[in-house]
Amino acid sequence: MTDSSLNAAPTPPPDQDVSHLSKVKHIVLVLSGKGGVGKSTVTTELALSLVQMGKRVGVLDVDLTGPSIPKFFGLQDHKVHQASTGWVPVYTNESKSLAVMSLGFLLQNKDDAVIWRGPKKTAMIKQFLEDVAWGELDYLLIDTPPGTSDEHLSVVENLREYKPDGAVIVTTPQAVALADVRKELNFCRKVKLPILGVVENMSGFICPHCQDCSDIFSKGGGEAMATEFGVDFLGRVPIDPNLSTLIEKEGGTFSTRFAESGIAPMFRDITSAVISKCGDSA
Amino acid sequence: MAPAKEDVPADAPEHCPGTASDQAGKADSCAGCPNQQACATAPKGPDPSIPLINERMADVRHKILVLSGKGGVGKSTFTTNLAFALSLDDAVQVGIMDIDITGPSMPKMTGLEGETIHQSNTGWSPVYVSDNLGVMSVGFMLQNPDDAVIWRGPKKNGIIKQFLKDVDWGALDYLVVDTPPGTSDEHLSAVQYLKESGITGAVLVTTPQEISLQDVRKEIGFCRKVGVPIIGVVENMAGFVCPSCKHKSEIFAPTTGGAVKMCEDVGVPFLGSIPIDPRIGKSCDLGESYLDMYPGEAAYTAYMDVIASKETNYVEGRPRVLATVDTNLAMYFHRDTIVRR
Repeated sequence: MTDSSLNAAPTPPPDQDVSHLSKVKHIVLVLSGKGGVGKSTVTTELALSLVQMGKRVGVLDVDLTGPSIPKFFGLQDHKVHQASTGWVPVYTNESKSLAVMSLGFLLQNKDDAVIWRGPKKTAMIKQFLEDVAWGELDYLLIDTPPGTSDEHLSVVENLREYKPDGAVIVTTPQAVALADVRKELNFCRKVKLPILGVVENMSGFICPHCQDCSDIFSKGGGEAMATEFGVDFLGRVPIDPNLSTLIEKEGGTFSTRFAESGIAPMFRDITSAVISKCGDSA
Repeated sequence: MAPAKEDVPADAPEHCPGTASDQAGKADSCAGCPNQQACATAPKGPDPSIPLINERMADVRHKILVLSGKGGVGKSTFTTNLAFALSLDDAVQVGIMDIDITGPSMPKMTGLEGETIHQSNTGWSPVYVSDNLGVMSVGFMLQNPDDAVIWRGPKKNGIIKQFLKDVDWGALDYLVVDTPPGTSDEHLSAVQYLKESGITGAVLVTTPQEISLQDVRKEIGFCRKVGVPIIGVVENMAGFVCPSCKHKSEIFAPTTGGAVKMCEDVGVPFLGSIPIDPRIGKSCDLGESYLDMYPGEAAYTAYMDVIASKETNYVEGRPRVLATVDTNLAMYFHRDTIVRR
């Protein structure tokens, strides 16, 4: 993709005395070595739980070639605006307690492929971290693509001076996913990013017809890995077949429907754990 | 007036000398361009590795990329099963090249974890699952399987080049390339290095829900942009039949019509749907071939339908893959051209 298929990218003013991130109290990364384990889902659910607890939350999507966050929040058709202070994130509600920023908002057509090599991705992430006018935030959640490459290094490098609170690691229970997630744990150690804990997603599936639980991607692997690496296990979330329907249903958004979903109560505990790990109180 | 060169990006500053020019990154007009550094340091002229890659690839009949915009939809699972199915015929030589550098799954899925690559005077030897199925992955190069490969783009490109240039693949009927999610360095490099020797096509894997389809549409855009033919789209994890009550649940609900609808909309062939079977995941974890272990199961039939068409392919319960996959591919290409016209 060329930049011409991005909406006229607003150029933020060059000199800023105060960084936008200095008003952000806690920065949490959501990481996983493996794709499709639910990083964006967990980011979304964590953000919505935090908002329910009265926090001001920002979500930054640094998955540049596959941005899912706009869809999760039902904001596909929104655009980013330019103000004197920088890029204005997209807000999900009137009270502006939840702000979202993603490359998806900069695409003219949501199906446009972003075919970028590393250096261009790095530049974009730097801009996302420096030029978005988040305002005052209690939490900034950063959703990442799978792997341990350009995007992850850029985020960690650019955030170093702001001392991120740490990373929430998402995995599914099967061995193939865990193999990649172990690499991510080692990545965190290597770049000295604290690990807040591990969330085991897609942990079993409860058949809506007979209530029997099938372990589609096996079970318990995430917890075992957390123990092995000496990091906290934050909790497990089962597969909820209603989830994708809730996210993709027309009318209303997942933000408003989240409270009704069966996942919401389970996520409250995970969220509380994350809050206390960040040294904050609910 | 900007020079009318092919290598001037559409969004380049005025008077851009072109990315392949001697002046790239050094001309006055390059000042302030975000890519100045990249242009100034990039080697100029044709890549000297390309002829070497072409030489290696001359003996490879079909190069198939397995792609998906989204992670965790089953690219590696499909790659493994496709390779296992193709290699059922002893006369067919198959290679798997895993270019997911930061999350290589192939060693585990093919049961080769802990193996290492050997070097000979003809190059690096792939690790063999059976006489006619060789695998190459970064996973074989790690001292410890948990080691993180923390590499930026250029280093990843380097290893992909080596996989193509330095690996002694021998004569292959199929080279199946498993990719990481997205449309970035690994994909561009694989396509770029294989361009001259020719890519047979790409199989795109998706799950039925819109979140995944949205990324796969981007991948289709990628294929069209870089000129890789699309063999078709496979819909994975389509529905789950509860082993206790036999009721079917849509875990990743196709709220927008699933892959079938998307294929119709964008005009690419639909190859079929594969249901969720927990034993598929288990086989991958154990490095066994699901198709060998559970012939006759619903997902087995679905896989075989995708890999080779049903009517002609079963010979004594085994698929007669060699003859039919070729014709199948030919057929799909034919369909692809019809649809595109």
